[in-house]
Amino acid sequence: MAHITLPEGLPGIIGLMAFRPEVAAPMRELSEFLLRGPNSLTSAEREIIATYTSSQNGCYFCQMGHGAAAAHHLGGNLELIDQVKRDFQTAPISSKLKALLAIAGHVQKGGKHVTPEDIERARQMGATDLEIHDTVLIAAAFCMYNRYVDGLATSAPRGPEAYLAMGARLAEQGYANSATTAAVESTV
Amino acid sequence: MAHIDLPVELTGPRGPMTLRPETAIPLSELAEVLLRGPSTLTMAERELIGTYVSSENDCRYCQTIHGAVAARYLGGDEELVRSVKRNFLSAEVSPKLKALLNIAGKVQQSGKSVTHEDVQRARNQGATDLEIHDTVLIAASFCMMNRYVDGLAAWTPENDDFYRERAVQLADQGYLGSVAR
Repeated sequence: MAHITLPEGLPGIIGLMAFRPEVAAPMRELSEFLLRGPNSLTSAEREIIATYTSSQNGCYFCQMGHGAAAAHHLGGNLELIDQVKRDFQTAPISSKLKALLAIAGHVQKGGKHVTPEDIERARQMGATDLEIHDTVLIAAAFCMYNRYVDGLATSAPRGPEAYLAMGARLAEQGYANSATTAAVESTV
Repeated sequence: MAHIDLPVELTGPRGPMTLRPETAIPLSELAEVLLRGPSTLTMAERELIGTYVSSENDCRYCQTIHGAVAARYLGGDEELVRSVKRNFLSAEVSPKLKALLNIAGKVQQSGKSVTHEDVQRARNQGATDLEIHDTVLIAASFCMMNRYVDGLAAWTPENDDFYRERAVQLADQGYLGSVAR
C-alpha cells in the first residue's frame, strides 16, 4: 500500500501526477523532451538509458514501463532490453551506447563517480558533448523518478505483459499531455 | 574543469542548463513550484530539506547555495543550516521537520529505504500527506540536480561569499530568472 492516500487504480508515477498536478506538468515536459525530443540519440537509446538506470535503482515500475517503451521503439525486442539490464557490455548494442550506459551507471551511484576517462571513452566512440549532457541528465532524472515512485511506495502491476500497452502508448504518444496519461490509465 | 564544454561564466547547473534550454525550463519550473510555490511548509523548511539531501550527496555547489538561501530566509542564521547538515536530530528545528528530514535522508539512499514507520512518525508530528509527498519529491529532485551538477563537473566556486551573494538573488527572484518561455 502506498505511504500516502493516492487516487485509486493509478499505479506508479501516474497516481502521483494526479495527486499533485502542479509538479506533474514540468516533470512531464522534462520526460517528453529528454526521451522523445529532437536528438541525435534515438528514442530507443534514450529509453534504454532510462531503463538501465531504473533497473540499477531497483525501481520495478519505471524499468518495466520504460523497458516496454524501448522495446516498442525496437519492434518489440524485449529480449534486448533484458540483456542490457543483465550486462550491457555483452548486449548487441553500439559501442557508443555502451560508453554512454557506463556514464549513466556512474551517475546512478553519484555524480562524482563520473570520471574524465568515462567521458573520454564516450567521445572516442563518437559521442558529442550534447549526447553526454543528455545521458547524464536522463540518468539523473531517473534517479529522481525512481525515488519518487518507490519513496512513496506506489503500486506496480507484476509481469511484463502488464506494461506492453503502456510502453506502446509512451513510445507513440509520449509524456507531454494528460490525455496520454488518461490513455495509459485506461490500460492498467 | 567541466567534463564538457560549458560557458565559463556560469556556475553550478546554469552552465549545463544553457546547453539545453528545452530541459532548463522544466527543471527551473520544478524547483520554483517545489521550493517557493504555495505550501504549508515554509520556504526555509523546503530549502533545508534540499540542503540536507545535497549535503548527504556531497554536492558542494547545491548544499552551499541552497544552504545560503535557507539562511537568508532565516535572517542570516548560517549556524542553524550547519547544525542541520551535521546532525539534524540535535538541531533547533521542529519535531515535524526532523521527521521530514529523516524521510528525505532515506530517499537520498534509495526510494525503497523509506518505511511505513518513517511516514507514521512524520504523521504523528503533524505532517500531512501533501507535506510528505513534497518532502519525498524535493529529496528526489535534489538527487537529480546533485547528479546533474557533479556528473558534468560543473563549475563550483570555492569562495563562500559568492554563494551568499547569489542566494540574495535566488531568495528575492526565485528559480525562473535564468529561463524564459
